[in-house]
Amino acid sequence: MRVNVTVNGEQRQADDVWEGESLLFLLRERLGLPGSKNACEQGECGSCTVYLDDVPVCACLVAAGQAEDREVRTVEGLARGDRLDPVQEAFVEAGAVQCGFCTPGLVVAAHDLLDRVPKPSDPEIREALAGNLCRCTGYEKILEAVRLAASRKEAGA
Amino acid sequence: MSLTPADLTSAVAGGIGASPQRPDGNLKVRGEFAYASDLWHEDMIWGATLRSPHPYARIVSVDLTEALKVPGVHAVLTHEDVPGQNRYGLEHRDQPVLAEDVVRYQGEPVALVGADHPETALRALKRIKVEYDVLTPVVDMETAADERPLHPAGNVVRHVPIRRGDQRAEAEVVVTGRYEVGMQDQAFLGPESGLAVPDEEGGVDLYIATQWLHVDQAQVAVALGLPLERVRLTLSGVGGAFGGREDLSMQVHACLLALRTGKPTKMVYNREESFYGHVHRHPAVLYYEHGADRTGRLVYVKARIFLDGGAYASSTSAVVANAATLGVGPYDVDNVTVDCWGVYTNNPPCGAMRGFGAVQAAFAYESQMDRLAEALGMDPVDVRIVNAMSEGSVMPTGQVVDSAAPVAQLLKLVKDKPMPPLPAAVDLRDMPGGVSNTTHGEGVVRGVGYAVGIKNICFSEGFDDYSTARVRLQVINGEPAASAHTAAAEVGQGLVTIMQQIVRTELGVERVTILPMDTGIGNGGSTSASRQTYVTGGAVRAACAAVREKLVKLAGGRAPVDLVDLLGDDVIDETVEWRHRATERIDPVTGQGNAHVQYGFAAHRAVVDVDVELGLVKVVELDCAQDVGKALNPQAVLGQIQGGSAQGLGLAVMEEIQLADGKVRNPSFTDYLIPTVLDMPPMSIDVLELADPHAPYGVRGVGEPPTISSTPAIVAAIRAATGLALTRVPVRPEHITGT
Repeated sequence: MRVNVTVNGEQRQADDVWEGESLLFLLRERLGLPGSKNACEQGECGSCTVYLDDVPVCACLVAAGQAEDREVRTVEGLARGDRLDPVQEAFVEAGAVQCGFCTPGLVVAAHDLLDRVPKPSDPEIREALAGNLCRCTGYEKILEAVRLAASRKEAGA
Repeated sequence: MSLTPADLTSAVAGGIGASPQRPDGNLKVRGEFAYASDLWHEDMIWGATLRSPHPYARIVSVDLTEALKVPGVHAVLTHEDVPGQNRYGLEHRDQPVLAEDVVRYQGEPVALVGADHPETALRALKRIKVEYDVLTPVVDMETAADERPLHPAGNVVRHVPIRRGDQRAEAEVVVTGRYEVGMQDQAFLGPESGLAVPDEEGGVDLYIATQWLHVDQAQVAVALGLPLERVRLTLSGVGGAFGGREDLSMQVHACLLALRTGKPTKMVYNREESFYGHVHRHPAVLYYEHGADRTGRLVYVKARIFLDGGAYASSTSAVVANAATLGVGPYDVDNVTVDCWGVYTNNPPCGAMRGFGAVQAAFAYESQMDRLAEALGMDPVDVRIVNAMSEGSVMPTGQVVDSAAPVAQLLKLVKDKPMPPLPAAVDLRDMPGGVSNTTHGEGVVRGVGYAVGIKNICFSEGFDDYSTARVRLQVINGEPAASAHTAAAEVGQGLVTIMQQIVRTELGVERVTILPMDTGIGNGGSTSASRQTYVTGGAVRAACAAVREKLVKLAGGRAPVDLVDLLGDDVIDETVEWRHRATERIDPVTGQGNAHVQYGFAAHRAVVDVDVELGLVKVVELDCAQDVGKALNPQAVLGQIQGGSAQGLGLAVMEEIQLADGKVRNPSFTDYLIPTVLDMPPMSIDVLELADPHAPYGVRGVGEPPTISSTPAIVAAIRAATGLALTRVPVRPEHITGT
């Protein structure tokens, strides 16, 4: 089948999509956007988190066809040119990135949190990121990164 | 004359001791860093693996006919298509690339399919007909040695005895225990994956996520029947490793398909296949007896340790040596009797995971120290301090510990930390069970526990453990620029940052490029045993020293003032092989010998709240003190301690590959749980920097020690809260409720 979808503001089209393919496969293998990651492909790890019409979803749990005529924003669509989003910047600075495989999903999840809750408390951060597994960092520096991004966004706002 | 780094320049930013940003950080947060599973090649096909559903069976027949008919299938391969030797393995070549007449574990690869779409490959796999004659699996590590031999030499992979002092020593106070450690998974997030690209001369380029390029290369070449130079490996982005990428997974398989079809071949495991596709941490059964005098001084320790190596040897031999030589922990004991066996069974193969043998022993010896404290009516920290090893102590192997061993200091540091306050008001998010709303505080008991551990750093027992580094210095666009090239695998830990820092400090050059890691340069050794900063860091530093010598020559023996003027169009390019001081194999009868290069130590305090009615545990705080010799990158050091402690927490309360008759019951992140941000508590960390004079910059390996003491500290805290013996990890709710 053919899928038409807006990805990171750009109208995209993919042909010969098998009906069983996920949005994650579509993004990674057909649209050249491998930033969203394939760590579990069963909705447990959050590594493939993308915005679908402004709602964060696990792209592995969305069928490619369900994205027809909708808007997807991936981790590749967060920075403005060379300028990183404050969440991305804070992840690098705080040391929240080790292997980085969980990072794209966490960055999108944290980005969404700060859009909804500009100054989240630690329990709010923990709750918002509870669907994203990280195996390297023990999460401490991820919390630091989200706090840092929140303070930067506040200062910049 | 010799030239010191300070002669070269005023210090540049981002050298050792600082925490500059990692060079791959921006790419990773943008989603643009190319992991092995992200690779793509024009005209590539997808590989998939047929695996045995049985832990132990004879293969009667394999019929590929129907699979070959599936449109889009390019090749279906079995062991008959392995052109070289159908055997590989890190220490013993005992594992077939593809099974021949027998399968020895559930998940063992039997056949491969290459197809134009991953789904096509899966459909073809389902059409391969394999007839099995199912056999009764050997699954009990304690009796495996006497059961049906799974390999020609029998089921004992290695037995290591340690005999030190009086073997008949007696003591006033004796405590005994039997302990069990379940099978833990590395659960790195980036699945096994790679891309094999055939060249036009029958060779292959493999882009791969691994921990050790050269040992992969050697094994792949043997299996393909190709000379080494025809098999070239380049490290692709690695999504975590923790030991699980030391053994081969899809490396040979992808190359076989690529060479057969002439097409670039990509293989990516999904999570379920990943659980079958790599080795795990050895499950263990440990019997301990500790004898002490009335003051708490240990008189003797006796231990019998069984490690389940599963179907193939992997690194079992080295894991056995670690569990045995580190088996009494960081304590002074004059009289030691240890026997440790690693055995073959039909359980999944086990090998390297962070902590490597030291983790299993530590759960047992630290549980014993608590038992001893209880028998003596002593404080658990005091009994540890009474026996704490220090610099100059003698290991059970007879090896003298010849650099800092601040065991007592680490224990005091975690003991003296302020306690976390009890919650002022009920917030479900702080409760065991969380927002499941299982308690508002009723039945919740707080407990505190302590533990300390020891780990060997670098490869042991006489292994020629070296790394190779090439450093180039030249002027680019009017400024001095350096590059460093090694084959040492960056798996997320930040070696690329450390290498940049070392070059900046040694050459006074800010602009440092880290070249892709590949087999185009000499061996970098494994990213294991907490060794890369030590060994590859040492190699990079030595290569920089060689570059400096050339600079002095260029400057006619004077200290160069301006690198740009001095170098002009010259390029200085130096390659150095660097090795740490030699170790020796331990005596096979007494276990005596200078087996290890360096020892690392960490201590933890855990504070837990336990819902004793439901058996739910909330770790409230997990604090750590560790000596790192020298923190080359303090931020990365903390990251290792936090991440390592989290993996120890996982083993304490949730992580286990559950087996029934050799079959894995929970190969998914739905059923194999790893800590989330809700499970991992805040950590207060003290980092000591007591330089090791034998190591570059005084560094002491960082990655593994925190994983070792985290688990027993948490279990000790649960014991303190519940009064239960809790002799098995992970502790499950039913262990606490007795239901």
